[in-house]
Amino acid sequence: MLDTLKLPERHYLNNGHGLKSWLLTKDHKRIAIMYLISISVMFLIGGLFAAAVRVELMTPEGDLFLADTYNKMFTMHGVVMVFFFLIPSTPAVLGNFLIPPMIGAKDLAFPRINLLSLYLLWVGAAFFFYALFAGGVDTGWTFYTPFSSSASNSNVVPTALGAFISGFSSILTGLNFIVTIHRMRAPGLTWFRLPLFVWAHYATSLIQVLGTPVVAITIVMVAVERMFGFAIFDPVRGGDPVLFQHLFWFYSHPAVYIMILPAMGVISEVVSTFSRKTIFGYSFVAFSSLAIAVFGFLVWAHHLFVAGISTYSAMVFSFLSFAVAIPSAVKTFNWAATLYKGAISFETPMLYAYGFFGLFLIGGLTGLFLATLGVDIHVHDTYFVVAHFHYIMVGGAIMGYLGGLHFWWPKLTGRMYSEFFSRISAILVFVGFNLTFFPQFMLGYMGMPRRYHAYPDEFQVLNIMSSAGAAVLGVGYLLPVLYFLWSLKRGEVAGPNPWGASGLEWQMPSPPPTENFKEQPVVHGEPYEYTPHVAREANLV
Amino acid sequence: MSNAVAHAEAHGHAVHHDALQHHFETMQQQKEASTLGMWVFLLTEVLFFGGLFFAYLLYRVWYFDAFAEASRTLDISLGAFNTAVLIGSSLTMALAVRSAQTNQRSATVRWLISTIVLGCVFLGVKVVEYADKFEHHHVPGPHFISESPWAAQEQLFFSLYFTMTGLHALHMIVGVGIMSVITWMAAKGKFDEHYYTPVEMAGLYWHFVDLVWIYLFPLLYLVERHN
Repeated sequence: MLDTLKLPERHYLNNGHGLKSWLLTKDHKRIAIMYLISISVMFLIGGLFAAAVRVELMTPEGDLFLADTYNKMFTMHGVVMVFFFLIPSTPAVLGNFLIPPMIGAKDLAFPRINLLSLYLLWVGAAFFFYALFAGGVDTGWTFYTPFSSSASNSNVVPTALGAFISGFSSILTGLNFIVTIHRMRAPGLTWFRLPLFVWAHYATSLIQVLGTPVVAITIVMVAVERMFGFAIFDPVRGGDPVLFQHLFWFYSHPAVYIMILPAMGVISEVVSTFSRKTIFGYSFVAFSSLAIAVFGFLVWAHHLFVAGISTYSAMVFSFLSFAVAIPSAVKTFNWAATLYKGAISFETPMLYAYGFFGLFLIGGLTGLFLATLGVDIHVHDTYFVVAHFHYIMVGGAIMGYLGGLHFWWPKLTGRMYSEFFSRISAILVFVGFNLTFFPQFMLGYMGMPRRYHAYPDEFQVLNIMSSAGAAVLGVGYLLPVLYFLWSLKRGEVAGPNPWGASGLEWQMPSPPPTENFKEQPVVHGEPYEYTPHVAREANLV
Repeated sequence: MSNAVAHAEAHGHAVHHDALQHHFETMQQQKEASTLGMWVFLLTEVLFFGGLFFAYLLYRVWYFDAFAEASRTLDISLGAFNTAVLIGSSLTMALAVRSAQTNQRSATVRWLISTIVLGCVFLGVKVVEYADKFEHHHVPGPHFISESPWAAQEQLFFSLYFTMTGLHALHMIVGVGIMSVITWMAAKGKFDEHYYTPVEMAGLYWHFVDLVWIYLFPLLYLVERHN
């Protein structure tokens, strides 16, 4: 049957050729593809810095890099991965490509602003590369004062400006999504018929729009202090470095939810499709996204438990941090209930979804350890924290992103990748990830602090396990590059709906035409209808 | 054919307006999208300035005497004059939007130019004030001079003063740039009673920047003036 499928003659990829037709495009799908290429390059660069860190840590002595060089390696790993890969990842690539078709629109509300946000990411990255080639930056990705103001002589300002500018890229993406979801929905597509992917992106966009400006102004304050000798965080003149931490984490804690919420949106789509069932508790899953976004803004000071905040505020922030577990658990239990008695299959996107469950579960539960005041004092600034946030930001967010990429790749390109190799890579990523980061929980609990290039001998075995895991993980991340590129020419033609999924986006041809739909679609039914007669009524079969 | 399209075609003029972009069904949908987008953008601006206001609040509570002392070196009459200028510019801006809505091209251009002029007057006064601060060594950093016992903390005040008014002035400069483009568009006759969204959006931005100043003036210039 697959032999009879053909790619559509006209689609967004062949509607215009040459560099100019890409750089000046207003088509959300082409912009998404350019984002995909850009952040993949940044992911590779961030990965190389991570590799440098893991190679150094294979031996207890600091023998590969000087301490200062090592500081730069982990700083640039963090800056690249957070600001130039994780924040844009799922929203800018998959959200950009899929939100308009999912709501039956021709494009995002502001196509030119969409292109501008891509350019801003490039400009921000250019600042980062300038800082890199001028000698790098060594403050840690958090730019804590006074590391970043008086104590560092590395390229703090260009790096921070890079983060500042890419922040506006993120704000504009969020703004575009909010307006698009409010104003561009197809007739009949009410809020409670929206795919949960769209709900997740709506919640994400709220964080982007409300949180990012605060870190932007914080970066401005550090920059004026550094460049002009102003006094905002300078303790000598009465300034308070802890104020920086408050302002910074007011954005940067919710930023974790910018990374994880879209991944959760992907998981909802994938789980429903591959268990052929309506998502269990749709409105709970939808509102839990909003709840995570709201709670996410109220927990920032759990990063400051040892920074001298009062016991009472620490207790309040500890309690609120625990509260975030509730909407997160609502999602996880609802996904589990969706699987229950479903017709489950194990295609690659679903393997990533299972990987997400395992890793997010461990990452989330260890977050509760860290929200506990007493435990946090023991493990603060140790590898326990490093392991915890990698389980969320890499284990959770990247598993979701890769799962989504595998799920919608046939829609993006019209072709299928190798199922065999993609399953191998999903398993390698899962195994490699756990091998890399689980030992770090143990290291941290035993007291190994983060951000040092040397450590006592007794930590070596676990560190070698971690470095070996990183190598496996690296292979798992590189494999998709190969089979995705291979699929562009040689992959089987996918057809419009290779997974038999119910979403509106699967009604478009693959790859879709520039205008997405020939006629304005009208929605009559509920989302995730996999029962045959309901699906037929909803015009989805 | 969907209901949305049928509905749009019932209002024939809206569908065929030159300014309607391809991905919108109706002029109204386009306008609502722009308006919502602008309000969301202004929300981000509130939080952008909010970080500074928070820092100001904290340090003002901690170092009230230093803030009062430093505040008294600002020229209250120049500040008050600038406040009046900006409120006046908001009036001319509102009149420009009204003229655009009622299709009065030359009046629109006139009011927009008045807004630009008032904005430039504000910026000119700000230049005078900044120059005075440099002259008296009130700029924080190595050259800062103050005789008061709170000299160190006064630097915090002036750091915030320059950062807040500087960012505000930057927004004014951007605003003048936007107004120039809008004026040029208005002069070319791009707007009519069915399409005046850019004038209205530029107006929202201008009013917002005014509003920031309405808060900055008392916070920076009027700390314990009754002494």
